[in-house]
Amino acid sequence: MTIDMEQFKATFLEESREGLDTMESVLLEMHPGETDAEAIDTIFRAAHSIKGGAATFGLEAIAGFTHVVETLLDEIRNGEREVTQEAIVLFLSSVDCIRELLDADQSGEAVDQEHIDQVKAGLDNMLGSQANTGEAQADMTDDAPVKGWQIAFRPMPDMLRTGNDVVRMFRELASLGELETIVDLDGLPPLAEMDPEEAYLAWQLTLKGEIEKAQIEEVFEWVEDESELTIDPLQEAPSMTQDPSVKQTAAPAEDRRNHDDRRQTTDRRKSTTTESSSIRVDIDKIDALINMVGELVITQSMLGQLGEDFDMSRVERLKDGLGELERNTRELQESVMRIRMLPISFAFNRFPRMVHDLSAKLGKKIELTMSGEQTELDKTVMEKIGDPLVHLVRNSIDHGIEIPEQRLAAGKSETGVVGLNAYHQGGNIVIEITDDGAGLNRDKILAKAVERGLVQEDEELAEEKVFELLFEPGFSTADVVSDVSGRGVGMDVVKRNIQALGGSVEVCSEQGKGSTFTIRLPLTLAILDGQLVRVGENTYIIPLISIVESLLVEQGNVNIVAGKAELYQLRDEYLPIIRLYETFGIEPDRRSLDDGLLVVVEGDGKKGGLLVDELLGQQQVVIKSLETNFRKVEGLSGATILGDGTVALIVDVAGVVRLASRDVSGQQAA
Amino acid sequence: MASILAVDDSASMRQMVVFTLKGAGHQVTEAADGQTALDIAKGQKFDLVLSDVNMPRMDGIALAKELRALPDFKFTPILMLTTESGLNKKQEGKAAGATGWIVKPFNPEQLLATIKKVVG
Repeated sequence: MTIDMEQFKATFLEESREGLDTMESVLLEMHPGETDAEAIDTIFRAAHSIKGGAATFGLEAIAGFTHVVETLLDEIRNGEREVTQEAIVLFLSSVDCIRELLDADQSGEAVDQEHIDQVKAGLDNMLGSQANTGEAQADMTDDAPVKGWQIAFRPMPDMLRTGNDVVRMFRELASLGELETIVDLDGLPPLAEMDPEEAYLAWQLTLKGEIEKAQIEEVFEWVEDESELTIDPLQEAPSMTQDPSVKQTAAPAEDRRNHDDRRQTTDRRKSTTTESSSIRVDIDKIDALINMVGELVITQSMLGQLGEDFDMSRVERLKDGLGELERNTRELQESVMRIRMLPISFAFNRFPRMVHDLSAKLGKKIELTMSGEQTELDKTVMEKIGDPLVHLVRNSIDHGIEIPEQRLAAGKSETGVVGLNAYHQGGNIVIEITDDGAGLNRDKILAKAVERGLVQEDEELAEEKVFELLFEPGFSTADVVSDVSGRGVGMDVVKRNIQALGGSVEVCSEQGKGSTFTIRLPLTLAILDGQLVRVGENTYIIPLISIVESLLVEQGNVNIVAGKAELYQLRDEYLPIIRLYETFGIEPDRRSLDDGLLVVVEGDGKKGGLLVDELLGQQQVVIKSLETNFRKVEGLSGATILGDGTVALIVDVAGVVRLASRDVSGQQAA
Repeated sequence: MASILAVDDSASMRQMVVFTLKGAGHQVTEAADGQTALDIAKGQKFDLVLSDVNMPRMDGIALAKELRALPDFKFTPILMLTTESGLNKKQEGKAAGATGWIVKPFNPEQLLATIKKVVG
């Protein structure tokens, strides 16, 4: 029987990640010198399971690495080793390494072998000289095969009490070669004194054939300590008198080799990079869903009955039924959406560790407070918000919180506080990253912005406008570039990433008191708040979040550049006018700009005015991918089905604005 | 075929063991820790118990000890699934009444071969 081990690997990877998270959080709670038996046991068990699973599922690198970790933990568990700060740090690095190895296995990408080797060397070093004993004690017996063996076997009286059966062992021996048994009844007591649960017999066995001693030892492996056993090479020439009843002439040695080969094949089979994205769902959510479907079925059958013999007297009941149906559908939709929702603690979990490491590195004292970890967020959004969050938290630690001396001098407590807070607000989730550090220095930011040519020297800017400069590409106020927050690339990327999720980020700050970065994200990427607009006979949807304002065109504000490109002067800005009917090649109601309706939108930091015929309503729409159902279309991010069954296309604002600016610059160059 | 109680706190190991055993036609009952296994064993007989050593709540060694105290499990083979290549765990297991052990890592074929030895 061949069994594909790949099928269990997804479970293994998932449970290993959970195990690593557990290890990490327990390690972070540990203090040098203290040995909390339960904590050590928890970490040990996690490492142990990962090692066992990794070896079973053919992930040799992980098994080998984790083995050393496990050995060290075992020594600590047995009181042979102290919990030192060094050990904690090393274990934490090991957690990272194992995580890296797991990721590499799943994605098929290469690992940073140098880093792993470095940590491994540290572990080996801590373990001392006996580091390489590992598991490599497989086939050490290189005794040349002999003609046969003479075995003396006398079980201890208690052997049967461990469920070991002599018949089983003899059956196994017989499968190795020709077995002769001579029973020794000397130990047998008189019947009256006999305890049926005890073993009294002993045997002299002769096993013939080219058998390795290890194979015999393996048969008796489980009862080594419960019997007297001697295994000696057979001296005399093989006798011709054999008991035919136990004769079995398989070729055991070869059989064994085949077996080993097979095993290697299993091991060698590398993981194909089929990262199946799975999700763990709280059983309550599934139950709610089933419950809802049940209600839907009831409503459906009620409406069905009503329809069988319907007359106008029953209109009221029909209305009730339809109302019920609407409620069911809405609740069903909500519970299905909830399945994709995970508590944000999944994204927050990494921070205690990060704050711990970074504050040690920077010589700062920092306490991390987290709240709202149970706030739920769509899985996809969660995966994409991780990096921006890391960046912002690093930023707060590096640039926000001051070193202890400075804090004391400023009359603050020595320990700085970095806070992560998540909550729902309307249809959004809000994540706040706060610090009680030095706050943003308005003058310093302005000076830098002037230096970088981002603003004019004499420009008057409101406070929040100044802070927004932080998110401009290539902006950094760190006096010294540190390897913690990077080199001033980043904040603009953070903003772009958040915007790509349909979210926004803003900052407020008070000098000397600290800063707060606020991220707002849609709860899910599958639904969007849209403004419906009409162009000719077509309905388009513009994401509400991209819309700045809508206005009627005043001809006086229209400027024609380079003969054709139209710019609209809105206060002190010039926006390219984008005629949607031209972009999508359709017939509009009107082509004249005069009194035309312009929807001012912003995508990727660039603004534009979309010329449309009519503004319709606003509604939540479910996004259907064009790419999967049709193909990617420039200027469109997807489609949806409206209440009346017609399809409406969703405008990719950033794409459309980009298209327009390309046209403008193209024409300017011409 | 045999009825087997498989005890392991690791879901992936359990999945693998159960899948393998069921594939070979055995009847398998799963438990995620020793205490759960013991509770199950108090109401049901098995031909074989396969248990991991390191588990939360009750480990495999304590489980073996508890099982041996039950009349129905006095002679039932109990095999420990252990990665411990060191002697102490094996001896501890034996002292607690375990029949033998299977050293992890093992592949499905090895598992079946060992089980065949014990339950035929």
